[in-house]
Amino acid sequence: MNQSVSSREPANALEVEHLAIRFGTTEIFRDLSFSVPRGSSLAVIGPNGAGKTVLFRALIGSLPYQGSIRWAAGTKLGYVPQKLDIERDLPVTGGDFLSAKAAVVRTQKGAVLTALAGVGLDKAVLNTPVGALSGGQFQRLLVAFALIGSPNVLLLDEPAAGVDAPGQEQLSDLVRDLQAERGMTILLISHDLSVVYRYATNVLCLSRTYNYVGPPKTVLTPEVLSRIYAMPIGFHVHDVP
Amino acid sequence: MMFLELGSMVFAVSMASAAGLVGCFAVMRRMTLAADAISHVALPGIGIALLFHLQPVVGALAMLLFGTLLIWGIEERTRISTETIVGVVFSVALAIGSLMASGEELIDALFGAPGLLTGWETALGLIGAAAVIIFILKARHSLVVSLVSPDIALTSGINVARLNLLYLLAFALTVALGLRYLGVLLMGSLIIIPAATARRLAKSLNGMLSISVAIAVVSTALGASAGSLFHRDTGPIIITSAGTIFFLSLLKRQPR
Repeated sequence: MNQSVSSREPANALEVEHLAIRFGTTEIFRDLSFSVPRGSSLAVIGPNGAGKTVLFRALIGSLPYQGSIRWAAGTKLGYVPQKLDIERDLPVTGGDFLSAKAAVVRTQKGAVLTALAGVGLDKAVLNTPVGALSGGQFQRLLVAFALIGSPNVLLLDEPAAGVDAPGQEQLSDLVRDLQAERGMTILLISHDLSVVYRYATNVLCLSRTYNYVGPPKTVLTPEVLSRIYAMPIGFHVHDVP
Repeated sequence: MMFLELGSMVFAVSMASAAGLVGCFAVMRRMTLAADAISHVALPGIGIALLFHLQPVVGALAMLLFGTLLIWGIEERTRISTETIVGVVFSVALAIGSLMASGEELIDALFGAPGLLTGWETALGLIGAAAVIIFILKARHSLVVSLVSPDIALTSGINVARLNLLYLLAFALTVALGLRYLGVLLMGSLIIIPAATARRLAKSLNGMLSISVAIAVVSTALGASAGSLFHRDTGPIIITSAGTIFFLSLLKRQPR
């Protein structure tokens, strides 16, 4: 396990070399190497159980691993986890939750309102218990939470899961704006190949047996996808409007 | 005498406030059973202290710290759930404790002993209670974030393992504060019942913390005054009062 922050000003926000993760005797993946240039976006795709969430959890330092993970100096992470189970009667409001982040990263309270507006949530969410929010609202709250403290790298684990169609559109636009306007580096796990095709600079395909990294045009081909998902996949470039 | 009475009263209120605050996070972290059991770890400590003619609270505090570090250490190094670890540590502690203490001493240790606190007991107690209250109020933001998701806590720059340890230590210290009044068996309840009631009634974090503290303080005051009026032990009255408020709170209908 060798997680380090390099001191020079590198072109890459993240460099991963020979990464291997195992749970007991089960190997999740091995010898995974890729890098993410600053200000680019990397989409991670692959079948269920390929280790996409595990990879993200290793990247944030929450799981033990072998190999090396190097974040550029000055990296500030924002992480949006996959759908969380929150007890419905938890007496913690959206406001409590966002203010907690503002207090922990020692930023001004105004950051809460800015983040809330950024994800298109109504102020009423501030007084609503988090357990009473809909799945989509809570997901957007998690994105707002990640944005407080001005991170320069955002890791999103299926942020659109459970979000309605207009909400998904809004999230995609938000992520694209964050990348374009603030120069944020984005790492995104997604099952929506058309979103991946349109927005990602590079795609990392994870599966138990093969890993591919490259621009969407070279990776999102029927041949590669069929190999990754171990079944024919009917995704073609002309599917994307 | 007046001074000691006043000191005891201030101490009781601070001890109850600390219990109310610590309990909120025990209830929200779903570690109520574990939390209740941790308090029983004090028993062998009291036994050892009595054996060596020391103040029981010294032995209890030492054993609580040891038990807390043991539970935290096992939790960090293995994948066994906290509930299981605490269950094992608790049963062993209770068994060893009941072997070492006996008769009236054991009853006092389990249910608390009536009587005024000495000057130094009050002073140490006040310092301990203040430490717990300050810690919870300062760390409440980090505790909330790590409660929702340890992973986002990590990326927010929170040292989750350290926070868990500090919380468990604050919990153990709170248990030690209440041993004299409530005893090993009942102190866990003063931590859990007001917080469980507050969870039902509150709509926000600050609401829950305030309601929990209020219920813990009111129950303790009721127990102390009714205890001296009817010449009964205070501990059981404190817990009966807290329990009554909890059952009354069930009258409030939950949304959905």
